[in-house]
Amino acid sequence: MPTSPHIVLADNSVRAVMFKVLAALVPGVVVHAWMFGPAIWVSLLLTTLFCLVIEALVLAMRDLPLKPFLSDGSVLVTAWLLALSLPTLLPWWLYALGSLFAVLVAKHLYGGLGQNVFNPAMVGYAVLIVSFPAHMNLWPAPVGVAGHTPNLMEALDLVFAGQGAVSPDAYTAATPMDQLRAQVRTGLSAEAVAAASFGLHAKEALVLSYALGGLLLLAHRVITWHVPVAFLGALVATATLLHLIDPGRHADPLFHLLTGSTVLGAFFILTDPVSASTTPLGKLIYAGLAGVITVLIRSFGAYPDGVAFAVLLMNAAVPFIDAYTQPRVFGHSRGRRT
Amino acid sequence: MRFAPTPDEPRLTPFPGGIRLPAHKEVSTQRPIAALPLLPLYVVPLRQHIGEPARPIVQAGDRVLRGQMIGRPEGYVSVGVHAPTSGRVLAVEPRPVPHPSGLADLCVVIEADGEDRAVEPTPLDWHVMDASSLRNRLREMGLAGLGGAVFPSFIKLNPGARRSIPILILNGAECEPWITCDDLLMRQRASEILLGAQIMRHMLGAQQVLVGIEDNKPQAIASMMEAAIGSDIRVVAVPSIYPAGGGKQLTYLLTGRETPAHGLTTDVGVQVFNVGTAYALYRAVVHGEPLTSRIVTVTGHVAAPGNFEVRLGTPIADLLAAAGGELTGATGRVIGGPMMGFELKDTAAPVTKAVNCVLVKDAVHFPPPPPALPCIRCGACARACPMRLSPHELYWYARHRDFGKTQALNLFDCIECGCCSYVCPSHIPLVDYYRFAKSEIWAREREKKAADEARARHEFRLQRLEREKQEKAERLAKKAAERLESGAVSAQDPDAERKRAILAAAIEKARKAKEGVQPRNVDDLPEAVRKEIASIDARRTGGNGADPTP
Ligand code: SF4
Ligand code: SF4
Repeated sequence: MPTSPHIVLADNSVRAVMFKVLAALVPGVVVHAWMFGPAIWVSLLLTTLFCLVIEALVLAMRDLPLKPFLSDGSVLVTAWLLALSLPTLLPWWLYALGSLFAVLVAKHLYGGLGQNVFNPAMVGYAVLIVSFPAHMNLWPAPVGVAGHTPNLMEALDLVFAGQGAVSPDAYTAATPMDQLRAQVRTGLSAEAVAAASFGLHAKEALVLSYALGGLLLLAHRVITWHVPVAFLGALVATATLLHLIDPGRHADPLFHLLTGSTVLGAFFILTDPVSASTTPLGKLIYAGLAGVITVLIRSFGAYPDGVAFAVLLMNAAVPFIDAYTQPRVFGHSRGRRT
Repeated sequence: MRFAPTPDEPRLTPFPGGIRLPAHKEVSTQRPIAALPLLPLYVVPLRQHIGEPARPIVQAGDRVLRGQMIGRPEGYVSVGVHAPTSGRVLAVEPRPVPHPSGLADLCVVIEADGEDRAVEPTPLDWHVMDASSLRNRLREMGLAGLGGAVFPSFIKLNPGARRSIPILILNGAECEPWITCDDLLMRQRASEILLGAQIMRHMLGAQQVLVGIEDNKPQAIASMMEAAIGSDIRVVAVPSIYPAGGGKQLTYLLTGRETPAHGLTTDVGVQVFNVGTAYALYRAVVHGEPLTSRIVTVTGHVAAPGNFEVRLGTPIADLLAAAGGELTGATGRVIGGPMMGFELKDTAAPVTKAVNCVLVKDAVHFPPPPPALPCIRCGACARACPMRLSPHELYWYARHRDFGKTQALNLFDCIECGCCSYVCPSHIPLVDYYRFAKSEIWAREREKKAADEARARHEFRLQRLEREKQEKAERLAKKAAERLESGAVSAQDPDAERKRAILAAAIEKARKAKEGVQPRNVDDLPEAVRKEIASIDARRTGGNGADPTP
């Protein structure tokens, strides 16, 4: 016997939500390909394929129906975020490994869709960066900066054979973050490095395209303003503070905004509903602390980017944050918590 | 149609959450309210209101007139039930009624004689009548809230210890999609509604009267505004955001006053009545007619949707026929609106005071819900919840049967409005989980109460045994003392010393028994048991076995 309510919002489903996220990522992917060469298509395709296959296998093993879960789009979002976080031109098996940790370990070992405590893509990323730091530091140089950007065939060659006609060093460059760290150690000022670091224009374009996608998500109410505002705000504030204290050691806030997966994280990774806080106040705390931690890891830690670890740390704190930030129920007096 | 907002429009305070819904109001507003022809048979349930059902005062074979009382209010929270036309009582028996449970309930079945003769109307002189007898008449005349909750109106019209309730709100929001009975009533009978409101205001001692109408009903707003000209009643257009028609939501919207949890709007000085109730009150007081009909919307997948003035007791099948009948492809019927209504199981069930709409579903407007997926914690439900609850958390704990946690998360503040289920991308039937959790908690509480009572009975028995023991010891001791004093144990008795010792021991034992009884804790016994103990104590000390108190 049907029960109330007898109607549901039209065109609303997990699938619709996930495909809106994918659509919002498209500008970023296109700009990525334009600025850094077609290698992103290879890595994107690989993670998509690996994630889908692993998801299907696990679903079959868990005796769950394939169709509703495979078509809900959540695994695609994981795959795309993983591809956009990882450097392109990694050997194919690293993409496979990242996908395995994202889908099997982070998602299904925690119970599958909706149950994961940690953001799957960030788990995949973190495992790779801890296990294969040397690979993870190499990013393709932006088009027009290095002497040569690999075309599609060369990219495939590099990814699958590991060795192309040319060695990867010819196309890749250490990330600006690494460069900064290395230069600071050898005595160059952070400002000088930031100013001289290559590809700021490519980075800017990429960051803007992610932000554009984020605004689309906001407009479609897939996400709320709390997470991006708190994350970026806290990140800028912390970076500014450190920069004011010691400009020679700490990069300026703009550098932090334009580097690594800051903006991607603000709009697409920290906002992953499953692993984020759900209360308005909780979101501010969750994302704000993630912003602070990101800058601290970048400034004092050993890893080239802090977003992934900041996200994972805050993911772990979500149940606690949520429990203590439940909104005041209508008709209840403030401060009474049960 | 445009209407100019009055310059002194009160500032609205938006309530939390809420959703915009496709209204589908135009389907049933194309023609004015129509009357139903007299039917051969009416089935009038004795429970049409919240509270105790009315007690039948007619039996099979009796002749009745329209407006004649056939069910007398029983207990405090109850109102009268009246014959919808003249005729003969065929039976007083359980019949299917429109209720979510689908169970049958006691009804008076009346065969119409076709003459529709009425009892002499008894208009009330409300200006001079004293408040309590006015309320009593309204109770007998069967007035109950017609917005769907059917709470006896006479109770809500009693300001009680507060002496007066400063603000009266007429609820014309009609926020559920498809339903238009209040819309049409306001369009066509605005001045009668406002006359009813004046009587209510008089009874409540209210200084201010506000009428809240959703802005998707411009014609109703215009007509009510026109009727309000020359009075200080303010007609306010409110945004069409469901559930603006919820009593607490409308109160907040219009006054900014937040009704405390588990409290009533009167706690913040506001009383809310549905516009239909105000109209019925007007008919009862000014025309002296008991409540025997109401406006019902018949809409959805029927040939001629519209609004009908329907006698209470009209079988819903006949009402559907009057609306041209269901079209092919009908997939079910809902009593009430699509957000909070319930599925009707049997069209033989009659229209009652609670039935404001019969909505016939079809597969296009009411597709079966897609299969549910796991919750992705998107928070859409929490953003939609007008009570600012965390529906996904409630769902999580209800699903895992952690009912204590659901209560800690204020499950009982949930008004089952359905906003959360409506917006959930995983299509989880959230409200079903809350209903399930609530009924489980109620069942457990009943069980606990039963267990408490059993425990209390057991304690009571122990106490009685103890007391009897003590009394016996006391009696023996008294006897012993008497014997000691009277010298029953003579000095010559060789056993005297031994007997004296025995008697003294008996006295000592009685004293100890008495002390032993005192500390027994009766504090946590239920009130009823404590009273019983007290009355027994009184009897015991008061006399020799005769029961002085009834
Ligand atoms: S709307 Fe549905 S999926 Fe989203 S948080 Fe609420 S219950 Fe979960
Ligand atoms: S049904 Fe209950 S939990 Fe859901 S939106 Fe309404 S009040 Fe909130």
